[in-house]
Amino acid sequence: MTDIIRIARQFIEAIPHARALGMAFDSLGDGKAVISMPYDPRFVGDPATGVIHGGAVSALMDTASGAAVMCHPTGPASTATLDLRIDYFRAATPGQKITARAECYHVTRSVAFVRVTATDEDESRPVAAATGAFTLDRPKGAAP
Amino acid sequence: MTSSRPEPVQVIKQRRDAALGGLLSGVPYIAYLGIQFDRRGDELTAILPFDEKLIGNPALPALHGGVTAAFLEVAAIIELAWGSLWEEMEAGRVDPTAEMPPVRLPKTIDFTVDYLRTGLPRDAYARARINRSGRRYASVHVEAWQDNRARLFAQGTGHFLMPPPPGAPTE
Repeated sequence: MTDIIRIARQFIEAIPHARALGMAFDSLGDGKAVISMPYDPRFVGDPATGVIHGGAVSALMDTASGAAVMCHPTGPASTATLDLRIDYFRAATPGQKITARAECYHVTRSVAFVRVTATDEDESRPVAAATGAFTLDRPKGAAP
Repeated sequence: MTSSRPEPVQVIKQRRDAALGGLLSGVPYIAYLGIQFDRRGDELTAILPFDEKLIGNPALPALHGGVTAAFLEVAAIIELAWGSLWEEMEAGRVDPTAEMPPVRLPKTIDFTVDYLRTGLPRDAYARARINRSGRRYASVHVEAWQDNRARLFAQGTGHFLMPPPPGAPTE
């Protein structure tokens, strides 16, 4: 296991809500993060179909987005979500894990821009996508 | 207009509370997050009692942004479903104290969340306002606050696909 994944695992372990939803890093680095979440009947939003609630997918995408900001090459000290717009394309297939792939594709001195997609095990048809703006705190003493 | 006496208040309350309970009890994720609803007449306030598992930033500590998004989205969906259920119930077409068919929930098309302040480690409240509710699409705005109603910590706007009316053929 690479160091960055070990650090990333500790990062998720330290976030109570990420741990509660069973999130795990698949990869991390260079402003990109991939995080997955297993299917869990407790997270169902529509009992008639067994489909996971959109809110749980949002939480996964928000976590992946924040992680993408934190691993941006500029080395942010901390981040928080300013806004997140989520588009839901289809219901996630019950029983399948959901994976979010986030990319921090632009940063300014104090703002990071992220796009993220969520898929179930059929990766050719995304379940949801989101774009967000995040605050970005540079480490103290960093070049402007 | 009927000339009969109005129903006793307890009967009305019991029916309305049963309808709301029936709507909420079907959704596991609402129970998982611990979201409750306070009802005053037809007005709903969503309540998210603080819990350790809702934390997203343990250093501050602060609520997880995803929890806030989910809380707002739940408040919006329940407001929409409750609006339809209320009409059915008041018209006497649904009796929630008897066997109630499962309520078909609206589907989220998109949802945008503005994070205005850090979500503090304490209870949060949300109220949704339906700005437009058509036959197929609805637009809902949600405001969430913690200690002060005037100091929102998040707000959201979403578009939803409405379920077909009761009795209509399934898609």
